Amino acid sequence: MTPVVELVDITKVYGSGVNEVRAVDGVTLTIERGEFVAVMGASGSGKSTLMNIIGALDVATSGTYRLDGVDVGELDDDALSLVRNRRVGFIFQSFNLIPRMSAVSNVELPLMYRGVPRTERRRRALDALGSVGLADRTHHQPNELSGGQQQRVAVARALAMQPALMLADEPTGNLDSRSTAEVLDLLEQVHAEGGTIAVITHEDEVAARARRVITLRDGRVESDVRR
Amino acid sequence: MIIWESFRSGWQAIIANRLRSALTILGIMIGVAAVITLVAFGQGASNSISASIQSLGTNLLTVFPDDPNEDGVIVNPAPRDLTLDDVVALSDTGRGPDIAGVAPVKSAPVSCTHADRSYRTTMNGTWPAYYTINNSELAQGTYFQNSDVLDGRRVASIGSTVAEKLFGTGDPLGAQIVCNGVPFTVTGVLVSKGSTGPFNNDDVILAPLTSVENSLVGYGPLNTISVQGVSPERVDAAQAQVITILDAQHGTTVETRDYAIFNQASLLDTIDQALGIFTALLGAVAAISLLVGGIGITNIMLVSVTERTREIGIRKAVGATRRYILLQFLLEATVLSLIGAVAGLVLAFAASFIEIAGIRPAIVPSSVIAAFVISVAIGLFFGSFPANRAASLRPIEALRHE
Repeated sequence: MTPVVELVDITKVYGSGVNEVRAVDGVTLTIERGEFVAVMGASGSGKSTLMNIIGALDVATSGTYRLDGVDVGELDDDALSLVRNRRVGFIFQSFNLIPRMSAVSNVELPLMYRGVPRTERRRRALDALGSVGLADRTHHQPNELSGGQQQRVAVARALAMQPALMLADEPTGNLDSRSTAEVLDLLEQVHAEGGTIAVITHEDEVAARARRVITLRDGRVESDVRR
Repeated sequence: MIIWESFRSGWQAIIANRLRSALTILGIMIGVAAVITLVAFGQGASNSISASIQSLGTNLLTVFPDDPNEDGVIVNPAPRDLTLDDVVALSDTGRGPDIAGVAPVKSAPVSCTHADRSYRTTMNGTWPAYYTINNSELAQGTYFQNSDVLDGRRVASIGSTVAEKLFGTGDPLGAQIVCNGVPFTVTGVLVSKGSTGPFNNDDVILAPLTSVENSLVGYGPLNTISVQGVSPERVDAAQAQVITILDAQHGTTVETRDYAIFNQASLLDTIDQALGIFTALLGAVAAISLLVGGIGITNIMLVSVTERTREIGIRKAVGATRRYILLQFLLEATVLSLIGAVAGLVLAFAASFIEIAGIRPAIVPSSVIAAFVISVAIGLFFGSFPANRAASLRPIEALRHE
């Protein structure tokens, strides 16, 4: 079976000459379908850069990256948008919901860009909101929801896309401990149902839920531990 | 579907920033209203002048004597006057098929009195055909007839100005006025035509040609001959026939011609042309304000894009392509300009009921359509720069934006 993420000797360089910074320096790793991986590292270890590359938000300077079998390295801006739209569900530290749009509209947004018909879209969005326990908050706008609820909307948005990879960047960084637990429970539930999850974090509590922990240091893989 | 969603999010952005949107719309509104209203005023001015010229008769040709030797060189040693023979020749429908009517005119300055009032005016001795040719209708009374001309009866149709000066509010019908010592009976009062420029069309008295000749001016040459074409379209053909007939009568050519023809329709054309330029100029000035309104849209859309950088980042992260972002912002700009256009249109319609300097603005449908199309084009054109900027944002940078 095709791995969901297949990074071969990925390098990302910023600047040039004396200012050259190798944010990611020759990373090779594979994430199989159904894995729950945590990527850890101190700030400056290159984990955000790596997350951007894995999420197809950015392209590597060199190396090969296949996301769900698609070589992402050669794609232009629009093609990257399409790849993200069909294969990656994002969960961000700052939730990144669109203000002044109801929860259900936010969840529908990626499906709209995918061209899913209105009724089908609405049904899937409501299902996803139901499965994160927000069936009674579908028409609230982000500013009417608590942080934990907003992050659950974000999880629903990712879920509704039925992505090959669910990519979470510090998903609990802005949450209190109770909301943190709720969101992590949701991620575990997704994993239990066969979803593939990559979480970028520096919190041990988050990493503890994952079945595999990759630690980065200075842009390189320092350790890769399966449990 | 995408268009509808994009429209909705554009609309939400407009609603969320009401004051800002309203001010932007105001710019477009003023531009559109200015274009439509100023063009309407130009058209209104043109209409009112055309109407006053048309009241003198649209098919009218006036033949008057002209000096062929006006450069001092003698090209025609014996220029002829206009005579009744010319009138008879012009009346020959075989030679002038496009000539509908001919009337000789002999004018005399007269001083007329009635009771204790006196007024100086012009008396035109003519034939009954003059009424139709010159579009002169009677408000009251009866037209003088061919029999009146044959008998040399001293009857007169007086212009409304003359009626007012000599009779005030009294009834002129049947009254006797004395012009240069000769008594005339008023049998009709003409419908008022108003003024054409400084010339008062109501300051005139019409009487049978023979009675004017008998008692006032004698049997000399005619002052003018009024000729009517069969239709406004055939006036030029009628003019050509008049020239052919009179050249034969007088034995003249284009160089030695001893008469000239004044064509009312060509005057109308010239004035229309001049007013057209005037109207276009007004429209152009107004278009500048529309342009300024368009720049307002660019400005506000740039602010909108900057404010929503993060939103654009989110949209791109979840899969919006350039096209969707572009569409969303273009629609937002177009909605702004469309609302402005509709508001401007309403304002212009309201303004068209206001009369300025006696001119009632006439809204020109093509200017409405043009203003609409231009304002939508302005939305697209001036929105495209900010929209492009939004569409080109890189998602990681946009997401980092606070």
